[in-house]
Amino acid sequence: MSTLGEAWSTALTLIGGFDAKLLGIVGLSLRVSLSAVLFGSLIGLPLGASVAVGRFAGREPVTVLLNAFIGLPAVVVGLLVYLLLSRAGPLGQFGLLFTPAAMVVAQTVLITPLIAAFARQIVADAWREYREQLKSLGASTGRAALTLLIDTRYSLVTVVLAAFGRAIAEVGAVMIVGGNIDGVTRVMTTTIALETSKGDLPLALALGIILVGIVIVVNAAAHATRRWALHRYG
Amino acid sequence: MGDPKLPPGKHNVMFPLELRGVSFAPGERPVVADLNLRLEASTRTVLLGPNGAGKSVTMRLMHGLLKPSAGEITWGGKTTHPAAQAMVFQRPVLLRRSALANIEYALSLAGIAQGERRTRANAALERVGLGHVAQRPARVLSGGEQQRVALARAWSLLPRILFLDEPTASLDPAASREVERIVAEIAASGTKIVMITHHLGQARRLADDIVFVHDGRITEHSPADEFFRQPRSREADDYLKGELP
Amino acid sequence: MSLYRRLLLCLVTVLLAFTTGVRAEDRFITVASTTSTEQSGLFGHLLPIYAQKTGVQVRVVALGTGQALDIGRRGDADVVFVHDRAAEEKFVVEGYGVERKEVMYNDFILIGPKDDPAKAAGKDILDGLRKVESAKAPFVSRGDKSGTHAAELRYWKAAGIDLEAARGAWYKETGSGMGPALNTASSINAYILADRGTWLNFKNRGDLKILVEGDSKLFNQYGVILVNPARHAHVKKELGQQFIDWLVSAEGQKAIADYKIGGEHLFFPNAKKV
Repeated sequence: MSTLGEAWSTALTLIGGFDAKLLGIVGLSLRVSLSAVLFGSLIGLPLGASVAVGRFAGREPVTVLLNAFIGLPAVVVGLLVYLLLSRAGPLGQFGLLFTPAAMVVAQTVLITPLIAAFARQIVADAWREYREQLKSLGASTGRAALTLLIDTRYSLVTVVLAAFGRAIAEVGAVMIVGGNIDGVTRVMTTTIALETSKGDLPLALALGIILVGIVIVVNAAAHATRRWALHRYG
Repeated sequence: MGDPKLPPGKHNVMFPLELRGVSFAPGERPVVADLNLRLEASTRTVLLGPNGAGKSVTMRLMHGLLKPSAGEITWGGKTTHPAAQAMVFQRPVLLRRSALANIEYALSLAGIAQGERRTRANAALERVGLGHVAQRPARVLSGGEQQRVALARAWSLLPRILFLDEPTASLDPAASREVERIVAEIAASGTKIVMITHHLGQARRLADDIVFVHDGRITEHSPADEFFRQPRSREADDYLKGELP
Repeated sequence: MSLYRRLLLCLVTVLLAFTTGVRAEDRFITVASTTSTEQSGLFGHLLPIYAQKTGVQVRVVALGTGQALDIGRRGDADVVFVHDRAAEEKFVVEGYGVERKEVMYNDFILIGPKDDPAKAAGKDILDGLRKVESAKAPFVSRGDKSGTHAAELRYWKAAGIDLEAARGAWYKETGSGMGPALNTASSINAYILADRGTWLNFKNRGDLKILVEGDSKLFNQYGVILVNPARHAHVKKELGQQFIDWLVSAEGQKAIADYKIGGEHLFFPNAKKV
């Protein structure tokens, strides 16, 4: 029993008690990761679609890079963003280091390649089916890319969810650029790391259970939406 | 070969559509070679030939989806590719939105003003007998209905020439007949029809003239009644004998 | 301002608005400190008192001493609050910090398995370490250039042990913070040098206990330094100085002395009276 059992009961107590501090941490986690997913999608989806549809030199290397960067280690991203945002770095003047904005930047960098790479694959598959029809209708490359993004939206939801999962679950990047400041940049994963450091394994595990729970709820909601939409729109 | 309904004016300069020494060779072997053809306005031309003969490639070259490796394609004597054309494919590719929105999408690509799109799209759906499914998602319609939406989409663009690549190949007889009826109507409105089919009965019903393609070459281009009575080329003769019961 | 700059600024503004909302008060300072002060719970005790008194929020980034000083060097913190005297003095001499003030000390302790196979228990840390080494009993080192790591290396040297020569499978460098290192030690029943604060707040003790404590050589001095505004113009020197002044004031010193876990003091204020 011990640690695992204790973790479950701690998790239930925390959730049941609507602990204000916990709510703050969960809220910040969601706010940061959802923002990162938003920005990552705004960049990654058009990028993936243009690589899929466009005919330009360097398309192959870009594809390879995007696929390779899916596995970018969070710590490396964190370090890069840290050096960028540090007062001594090129974007230091904005004073973003150790703020939630810095965490959004880091997570955006982390998940944009993932979104772009999978969007590229999905759009490329659809492009094979749609290409002649869209060209026949006179769609420009840009318009075709946009149309394909809209038409593959239900598959892209899965990609965006995967990106959200990666963002909210990563700890390496937010720890470095956020600094895990109590009440300011402390999110679920950095709290888990901190509680593990303090040897409070049941509490760390309880937070982990809540984190996984959130990810499951978000995915279930998206899955249900997708099923309904597929049924409705074919 | 005049058609009384063809509106006079600039559109007529699109024709004749001529292929001169056109080849297409993406790899080492050409898929089609030395195509020479002259298609007049307003007739209903059917491309016949065995599978793999190069009919689809020929059609795509004419429609501009493929670029010839050699030779030239001219429209009314000019090499500029006119916009007033549309194509319907064997499998209709409809977007995940309503039937009406699918047509409006095509109209927007054609540069039709927003205010006019809805009216034209609705009219096109009515013409193919699908006014009642305008708001339904296009992808959940039956195969036959989807192909009719594709026809309505093509029609709404008011093309001077309409290419159809085996539009009834995956449809049941009733749906096929409906598609044939619509194609005939589009033709009657003055649009030039170029169609590929494997269905000889359909070719007989629809064709004014037949282009026979065999092994990457055009072996003959004859008026339909002559062709079915007695084709001039041996290959066409064999084909007709093989296809007929 | 170039177009590029303007676009960038625009994006940053949107980012800020989106992620932080409009903050009523931006009276805060950033303090780079050590994991021992954070994980022992000291800041959790001190900062609310300070915030209530001044309305200034103190944002603590807790790292190893080496990293904390590095953050100060880059200008990413207003104040550094660490425990490695030599490194702190170097930091000031090199012009990164204004002045070092001593605030408090805590003490290191040698932790090890309850049955103490190396017989390291006693009053002398150097003696204890020698016994661990000669028994080749498993020993976990932070190995992360933190203040605690620096202290550990000093003790080995003072004990006359050449670590490079003595190093073997028994000596495990984890390259991690105090807590994770304690977790490691607890899971393999190893000896480890820790600060008392983290130990007292540490829950996953397993079969470990304190074996050596109270040796005056184990005292661990904390210093606080304002990052030099002459080097980094954005440093909040008034707010930073105000925090430092409070830490060494009678009031701040009392607050430090008041922090206890299970009746035990963790930190002993020893600022020079002004």
